[in-house]
Amino acid sequence: MVTNVTSFSRSGLSDFLLQRVTAVVLALYALCIIGFFLVTPDLSHAKLVGYFGSTSMQLFSLLAVLSTAAHAWIGMWTIGTDYLRPAHVGSSATLLRFVYFALVVIALFVYVVWAVRIFWSL
Amino acid sequence: MKTDRPVNLALYTIHFPVTAVASITHRITGVILMVGIGFGLWLLDLALSSEAGYLRASEVMQGGLAKFILWGLLASVIYHVCAGLKHLLLDMHIADSLEGGRIATWAMLVISAVLVVLAGVWVW
Ligand code: HEM
Repeated sequence: MVTNVTSFSRSGLSDFLLQRVTAVVLALYALCIIGFFLVTPDLSHAKLVGYFGSTSMQLFSLLAVLSTAAHAWIGMWTIGTDYLRPAHVGSSATLLRFVYFALVVIALFVYVVWAVRIFWSL
Repeated sequence: MKTDRPVNLALYTIHFPVTAVASITHRITGVILMVGIGFGLWLLDLALSSEAGYLRASEVMQGGLAKFILWGLLASVIYHVCAGLKHLLLDMHIADSLEGGRIATWAMLVISAVLVVLAGVWVW
């Protein structure tokens, strides 16, 4: 079996599956919040807080942001390993890839912490 | 990694079929979403923070540029989800023949385009 230190779970097959499972979670979440905005025309601060502050939505938002972190990491990893290769960017590819992966991880970490702070302080 | 390995396919000179265009667009919208989450979280954070923050957020979203960004993000979500769901069908070997794939891709593109236009109507 081929393993890779930078893939999400060190196994391409389990990354593949995780990307699919998280995709379904994210699709459902997107449907829920877009649906909420569609059926709530006279939106107000109280209604917004009421919606995102309910325990079920707090949990769903947490699940969604964790899913995003896994899904986007796997997706951005695939993109990085596709393009940041010596054949495309020259001999500094490994360094470039490292910097790129680091930026992705930092951004996703910030998203998770930020989302937890937003939704769990309501 | 050896840098002088032979590269067999000159990918950049190959004419892209519709399925390839749909695939690269899925990738591009994925990257847009990766950045767009930042905008979405910022807006939600502001709108949820307080009554004043909510008013500030509504005010921001009156702007033409903000509306355009919102529409662009909605379009990316719509496309990424439609193409993603089609991808999941392929994973289950539904519409994964050459002809079936082309038809499914065109269907997906039409559905996405309609939804993207509707999203535009909703934003403006
Ligand atoms: C938080 C929102 C999302 C972000 C930031 C995101 C980002 C990405 C990225 C960067 C990729 C890699 C694209 C590639 O390898 O070409 C990807 C792939 C994928 N996304 Fe998303 N995505 C999101 C939501 C969704 C949703 C809601 C679905 C629902 C169907 C979905 C379905 C997929 C699928 C099936 C793939 C795999 C495509 C492949 O293997 O080529 N994504 N996503």
